[in-house]
Amino acid sequence: MNRFLLPLGIFIVLVGFLAIGLNLNPREVPSPLINKPAPAFELPQLHKPEATFSPKDMQGKVWLLNVWASWCVSCRQEHPLLVELAKSGLVPIYGLNYKDPRDDAMRWLKQFGDPYVLSIVDAEGRIGIDYGVYGVPETYVIDKAGVIRLKQIGPVTQDALEKTILPLVAELSK
Amino acid sequence: MKKPLTTETQRHRGYLYLVFLCVLCVSVVKPVFAREAAPLAQDDAVEKRMVAISEELRCLVCQNESLSGSQADLAKDLRREIREQIARGRSDQEILDFMVGRYGDFVRYRPPLKGTTFLLWFGPFVLLVAGVIALVVILRRRGRRVTAAAALSAEEQNKAEALLKLGAEDGGK
Repeated sequence: MNRFLLPLGIFIVLVGFLAIGLNLNPREVPSPLINKPAPAFELPQLHKPEATFSPKDMQGKVWLLNVWASWCVSCRQEHPLLVELAKSGLVPIYGLNYKDPRDDAMRWLKQFGDPYVLSIVDAEGRIGIDYGVYGVPETYVIDKAGVIRLKQIGPVTQDALEKTILPLVAELSK
Repeated sequence: MKKPLTTETQRHRGYLYLVFLCVLCVSVVKPVFAREAAPLAQDDAVEKRMVAISEELRCLVCQNESLSGSQADLAKDLRREIREQIARGRSDQEILDFMVGRYGDFVRYRPPLKGTTFLLWFGPFVLLVAGVIALVVILRRRGRRVTAAAALSAEEQNKAEALLKLGAEDGGK
């Protein structure tokens, strides 16, 4: 009996490790920016290039920073959700238009709807680097003190919205 | 006697000339369209340092490629960033810290030794040692069992010796 117990134990542990490993998403690299202040920037707005926007303007508010681009295919997937979220008025969404020609970006918003309070233009992707963006779309939840509390890598899904993002926003807004 | 050319073979030949002409056109025109490869950098020393640093870093878009070898847009941007930081006089360590600060330890092909990476660094050796210990224990246990099974009683011992003696006498003849 004892002879089989040990190999069985090892086998179960191995299966456990493999099950965890197979269910992890290797594309999701944990961001070191979680619980750190959102990197500062001052960028021109998409619709009003003469005006700028900075995360400092959002002190005291909980908000979402959504990195998007007209060339990004998965952005189309999450877009209807963002439009719906914007309509609900639960949390303001600001767009970071990442490495995108202005005309393309404007046309895209006209075509699919504009959920953003405003979008800012990161034409060369420098602010993207500061935020550790590596796969558009990405969404950051930033709290009242300007600290990044969550990073959603890849498109926002209904599931992520209901189970993670909105509960966090509600808690941070208290 | 030569076979007269039919209209069909004539047409074939016509096509052949056309294809030949196209190939000729393309090969003549192509160099005009081809752009010169953009110079990588003005400074050779900067470029060498940039390559050395970016070889230590993972491209996050195509995770099994280094930053220096990747053609992903982000990799190009990050290489530009490294070049600019070198030009600003930053040290290699500062540049690595800049990348880790934004993308985490995962960007480094040689992650630093700390609590969370302890298992990563030493796990294989722990497994090796455990394997060797298990092997030694099993071999010892088996060795003991074999000697125990081979042990003879006094009676058996006498009998065996008698048989051996007999064999030796027979062999002596």
